[in-house]
This record gives sequence, structure tokens and C-alpha cells, in this order.
Amino acid sequence: MTSTVDTSPAEVPDFPMERAAGRPFDPPPAARAKQEESALTRVRLWDGSTPWLVTRYAEQRALLSDSRVSADIATPGYPSPAPLPKDGGSRISFILMDDPEHNRLRRMVTAPFSMRRVAAMRPAIQQIVDDRIDELLAGPRPVDLVEAFALPVPSLVICELLGVPYSDHDFFQENSKVIVRRAASHEERMAGHAALSGYLERLVGEKEANPADDLLSGLAVRVTAGELTRAEAAQMGVLLLIAGHETTANMIALGTLALLEHPDQLALLRSSDDPKLVASATEELLRYLNITHNGRRRAVVEDIEVGGEVVRAGEGLILANDIANRDTSVFEDPDRLDITRDAHRHVAFGFGVHQCLGQQLARLELQIVYSTLYRRIPTLALAGDLADIPFKHDGSVYGVYELPVTW
Amino acid sequence: MKVTVDEDRCCGAGTCVLLVPEVFDQREDDGVVVLLEAAPAEGFHAAVREAANVCPAAAITVAETA
Repeated sequence: MTSTVDTSPAEVPDFPMERAAGRPFDPPPAARAKQEESALTRVRLWDGSTPWLVTRYAEQRALLSDSRVSADIATPGYPSPAPLPKDGGSRISFILMDDPEHNRLRRMVTAPFSMRRVAAMRPAIQQIVDDRIDELLAGPRPVDLVEAFALPVPSLVICELLGVPYSDHDFFQENSKVIVRRAASHEERMAGHAALSGYLERLVGEKEANPADDLLSGLAVRVTAGELTRAEAAQMGVLLLIAGHETTANMIALGTLALLEHPDQLALLRSSDDPKLVASATEELLRYLNITHNGRRRAVVEDIEVGGEVVRAGEGLILANDIANRDTSVFEDPDRLDITRDAHRHVAFGFGVHQCLGQQLARLELQIVYSTLYRRIPTLALAGDLADIPFKHDGSVYGVYELPVTW
Repeated sequence: MKVTVDEDRCCGAGTCVLLVPEVFDQREDDGVVVLLEAAPAEGFHAAVREAANVCPAAAITVAETA
């Protein structure tokens, strides 16, 4: 057996890396230091493998758009974040597949996430946000903003879009939490998947008999037509349900904390009624916080020359989008949160054909939240010290477990 | 300027529509890009170039003509 590792093992740092104490919004300094040295560097994973960490913006975009790079977890060299079986049993739908299979499945669920369809949801989302703020204001202080607001808002939105009863939210949020917890055991994660898959298979089955006007019903119609199996439809439902609330919930809570820690930026956002500023603030928070801090995972299927290195077939890639979003060649003074900057080139939603399908929905939800919450609760403040906030260092999506606030 | 789109490559992320809704739209049934204006007015050129630049699937091609 030949090794493709050309660096002395002792010099290869472990991945994921740790953030600096007291700098909860900044990516790990060790990764930033690597970015200054080179576009690509070796890191060591939990299983001893040493994939490439791609730290720079340009190389990252190039590789994520390269057809010689595979997103299929079963491709040799794929840097798995945890011991998952590679037999397809845990393939979370099309995000872990390549074209043409990926494209075929993705297109079945693209329409509800188009700009126009998402824009039409604005009044419904505004209503959800307003209702939750009414409840917040009527309830006790201090309150955990995660439980009382950040999680319910995107959950209600994705449930409405998918056609999942929100009354089941305790069940699917518990299981989804296990799946995205970095420290969860293989058994725990598989059990979470099985529970969610079973739930969605039953729901799709019900919608085959009685289709309504929602995304899962659209998939159920395809199952009936023989274009899709019920299990495939359920897997897509699992993916969208998890992606739909975990990510946006963390952007709401962590975004709020970041703004509270940058009062000048919060004041600027609150004092302006310009939708362009709300939009640019949203893009900037997406760039600055970049909650998907484990990188996009890929495997190389043919040798590629990039960033002064040759990445070989069978090697793994970790595309660190949080580090790319702090690349000084693209973003001036990248460690500064500046809601007036034009941050739209960020890669918080990834890049390439797998770029986040729900990004327009996420944008709209965040724009509505960021333009409503601090205006309606102008004295919103952290109840306690930043040092006591439990951050999701161990999650596949970064954020805070709790955010005690008062007003 | 002459704009072309490759429907087969499009992944329906909608970033082009976000940047220049006057030039790009999405098909109702699958979110695939629809080119509204193959020869956009000069005022849109910078935004169209940017839409091509940030298109995650490289589905937009811009030919600069005199």
C-alpha cells in the first residue's frame, strides 16, 4: 500500500480545530494561520486520515465547481466527519450524491425554494415572527431566546412549507439535534435517522392517499407516479426538515448575540428602515458567522492541480467556508462585523451545484427577523455574561445552545 | 453584451434572480433559470457579470460585444 501523505505526521494538525477563548465569532486561529501560508494544507481527522483543508476563497470555489470532485460519501477518500456506514444507509438524500442522480432528485424539490415562491411567503413568515414576539413580550423575563423564538420561527416555516404538523415538533427537533451533534455516537445518530425516516415515510404515505398543497404532497404524487420511492421521498423530507430549522435557528440566535456584542451595528440596523441595509446586514452576518464550521466534504476522483498543489484521485477535501469568508483578498478587514459592507460573495451557503437549496428562504426569514425583533424589543439585552453562553463547539452547525435575554 | 444560460447545469439556487430580476427568472415547475433578456441594457451589465460570477453552477455565460 502506498501513502499519499507527504507531510510528516507530527506536523499535521487535528481537525476540527478549536476557536480562541473569548473569540466565539471567529474561526479557529490555527486555520487562519494556515490560510496565510497556503491555499491547501493537510489536516488529520478522527480516523487518522489526512485530507486537504482548503482555506482560501478562490481555490475553494474552483474545487467546489470542479467535476473531478465528488460529493458522494462512498467515493474513496471521502473525509467523513464521523463513523458513518458508507453503504448508502445514511446518505442524507441528494447532498451526498453526484450528478446526474443529484440533479434529478434536487430538481424535484427546487420549485418551492425559487425566489418568487419564497417571496410569496413573506406575509406568512412576518406573521409567524410577529406572533412569536407577542408571546415573548407576554411571557417571563429573562427567557431563553433559542427555545422561545430562534427555533420555533424556522420550524414553523419549514413545517408549513413541507406539510409537516408543527404539533410534532418536539419529536423531530429532538431527533434532529442528535443527528447534528458532533459528539453523538454512531448508534445515536442512526437511531435519530431511523426515527425521522420512519416518521416521514408514514407522512408521505398519508399524502399519497390525500395530497395537499405542500412540498411533501408534491413528492407523494411522484411516488404514486413511480418516479421516486417512498423511502427516497422520506429521505428528502428528513434533509429539508433538518436543514430548514437547525441552520436558520442558529443564525437567528448567534446573529442576535453578535449584534448585542456589536451595539453600534445593532443601533445602525435598528435605526434604518432601508430594506437594502437589512439585506446587506443579513449577508454580512452569514459571512461573518458562517455557522457551517465543519467545511464542505468532498473526494477527488482525478488528479487536480490547484493552489500550487496536486490533489490526487482518492484524496479527501475539506472546503472550509468559514475560513474562506475571512479571506483578506476578497473581504477587506474580514474580522470586522460591518453590516454596511457588500458581503454577497460569501460562501456561507457553499458553492457549486450543491449550493444551499433553501438559501432564498433562509435569507427572507433572517431579513424579517433581523428587521423586526430588535425594533419591537429595542431594549433587548443579554441576561448574563458572554463567558457563560454555551456555544455549539461540538455541533455540525455552530451556534448557541441557549441565549438568555431580557428587555 | 450577449447572455446565454445552460439550463442543464443550473441548480436553481436563484442567486442570479436575486441580483438581477430584470434579466433572470426561474421556471415555475423546477426553478431552473429563465433568461428574460439575452441582450440586457447597459445599466444591467455590471450586475449580470456579477450574477455570472456568483452562479454556483457556472450556468451563465456573458459575451462582451462591441
